[in-house]
Amino acid sequence: MSVLERELNEHEKLEQFIARIEAGDKIEADDWMPEEYRMALIKLISMHGISEIMGALPEKEWVPKAPSLRRKLGIMAKVQDEMGHGQLLLRVAEDLLKPYRKDRGDLMMDLFSGKLKFHNVFHMPAKTWADAGVIGWLVDGAAIITQTNMLNASYGPYSRALHRICAEEVFHAHHGESIIMALAEGTEEQKQMLQESLNGWWEALLMFFGPASSTTTGSSKQDVTIKYKIRTSTNEELRQSFFTKYIPRILSLGLTIPDPTLRFDEEQKVWIYQQPDWTKFKQIITNNGPRSQARLNLRRVSYENNAWVRDALSAASN
Amino acid sequence: MTELNITTNPENKAAVVSLLFQLADDDFLYSFRGSEWLGLAPHIEEDVASSSISQDSMGHAAMFYQLLEELGLDNADALAHLRPAKERRNSILVERQNGEGYYMDVPKYDWAFAVVRNYFYTAAKKIKIESLKNSSYEPLANVAVKVNIELYYHLLHWKTWFAQLLNSTEDAKQRMQAAIEQVMKDFGDVFSLGTEGEKMVEIGLIEEEKVLVQRWKEQLKPVFESLNLSIPEIPASPAANGRNFEHTEDLESAISTLSEVYRIDTAASW
Ligand SMILES: [Fe+2]
Ligand SMILES: [Fe+2]
Repeated sequence: MSVLERELNEHEKLEQFIARIEAGDKIEADDWMPEEYRMALIKLISMHGISEIMGALPEKEWVPKAPSLRRKLGIMAKVQDEMGHGQLLLRVAEDLLKPYRKDRGDLMMDLFSGKLKFHNVFHMPAKTWADAGVIGWLVDGAAIITQTNMLNASYGPYSRALHRICAEEVFHAHHGESIIMALAEGTEEQKQMLQESLNGWWEALLMFFGPASSTTTGSSKQDVTIKYKIRTSTNEELRQSFFTKYIPRILSLGLTIPDPTLRFDEEQKVWIYQQPDWTKFKQIITNNGPRSQARLNLRRVSYENNAWVRDALSAASN
Repeated sequence: MTELNITTNPENKAAVVSLLFQLADDDFLYSFRGSEWLGLAPHIEEDVASSSISQDSMGHAAMFYQLLEELGLDNADALAHLRPAKERRNSILVERQNGEGYYMDVPKYDWAFAVVRNYFYTAAKKIKIESLKNSSYEPLANVAVKVNIELYYHLLHWKTWFAQLLNSTEDAKQRMQAAIEQVMKDFGDVFSLGTEGEKMVEIGLIEEEKVLVQRWKEQLKPVFESLNLSIPEIPASPAANGRNFEHTEDLESAISTLSEVYRIDTAASW
């Protein structure tokens, strides 16, 4: 086969691929896919997977401290689910990594070296029990919005994983909401704890959806993922849906949103809000957030500390 | 069988209460030690599996505390969170910390210790729960039936780890041997029924300690034999007996973590 013929074939394959995506067909792990698509998926799914796992760390801090037997059971179940999501997603990422002969161990190394990022929201401290509630209610609430946006992703294995994950996320949001409600209806001290927690998390929640366009931070993967029908809405559209869903609920609990400029513009039909500090965002996603290094270090130390177990397991299976 | 009289017989009631505290406090602490491992297990699948076990065990503790609440003691949450170390009945084994370091910092926990402790503890718990299925105190017998179903998987899980690690590298074997030694040092009060033990046996709450110990040994025997190990000896008279409120400092710090938020306001609803 001549070089020209092969190129034509590649071109044809790409056309067929685009046609399949346009027709709403699902792409499977062993199907042909353009390099750009594979790379975008690997980046997205490995980051999603590792974020679920890193996300267990701030909540884990509150597992033993949860203030009743019922809350202890609830938060244990929740954190366990998150680890389960991580496991499910890393498997999907590993299948995509096969042509590069890479696996989960390589993803861990990429995490430690800073090449693989974890979600900005998990670089933040969880200082009080109210934070455990706010994470469950609003962080998981935000995650439901971004993940629902990808439920119909053109990549079948990711789409199916998201269906399972989203079903569980609904429970997480209820779990968080229940913690929040108890605090909001509780003593003055509890109410104050909750308000302070919201103040602390608000900016991180705005950042959760990422910058509106790549001009803000110099890079954004949203264009590629939209092009390949991995997602549908833009970052800003998702942030707006979050506002629409949660602002009324937050206010109905008697809480104050720490943004005096926040309002709904009836004419443009959009929420006007104070932009988060996007330079801080850039700091956070390059692992220079308040808890970035501490959490990475915890994961790194435990990885090294358990090296003998991994060795033992591979010796036992050989 | 006639119903056990605990309403007008205070000695009977004291025996029931003591046994329930032993069971509840054991699982409360065992689950806590497990949950400190969250996110730090050797691999993600294990994290999911062992956190499920910790969660089940917290559920068991909750059921035992609930039985105490129903006996007219304080509410289950207060019993779990507020009792100081000197009122606790758990065994020393479950209060021992997982290894060096506090879980909120950068702990260096020992997976070999976790596997051995969890396996030996679960095997012991299963023997007790089997006996409790025939307890003369019916509410406890009913709970034992529920607990027993989940224990089957817990035991299988830890047994698999135990055999796997003892069947692998030299390094792993040495770590496991050291862990077995360490765990056995604290095993003296696991089967102890404490000062009310005789009464418990007399009124048919549970079988006597030496019968339970014998069963535990018989259960572990085939596993140990297949690994060319001899069953370790249980210390005859432990330095401290948790069943009689004797504890280590590890328990104090565990309780203060477990109750940190609850103690902010014990009257508040959380
Ligand atoms: Fe999740
Ligand atoms: Fe979640």
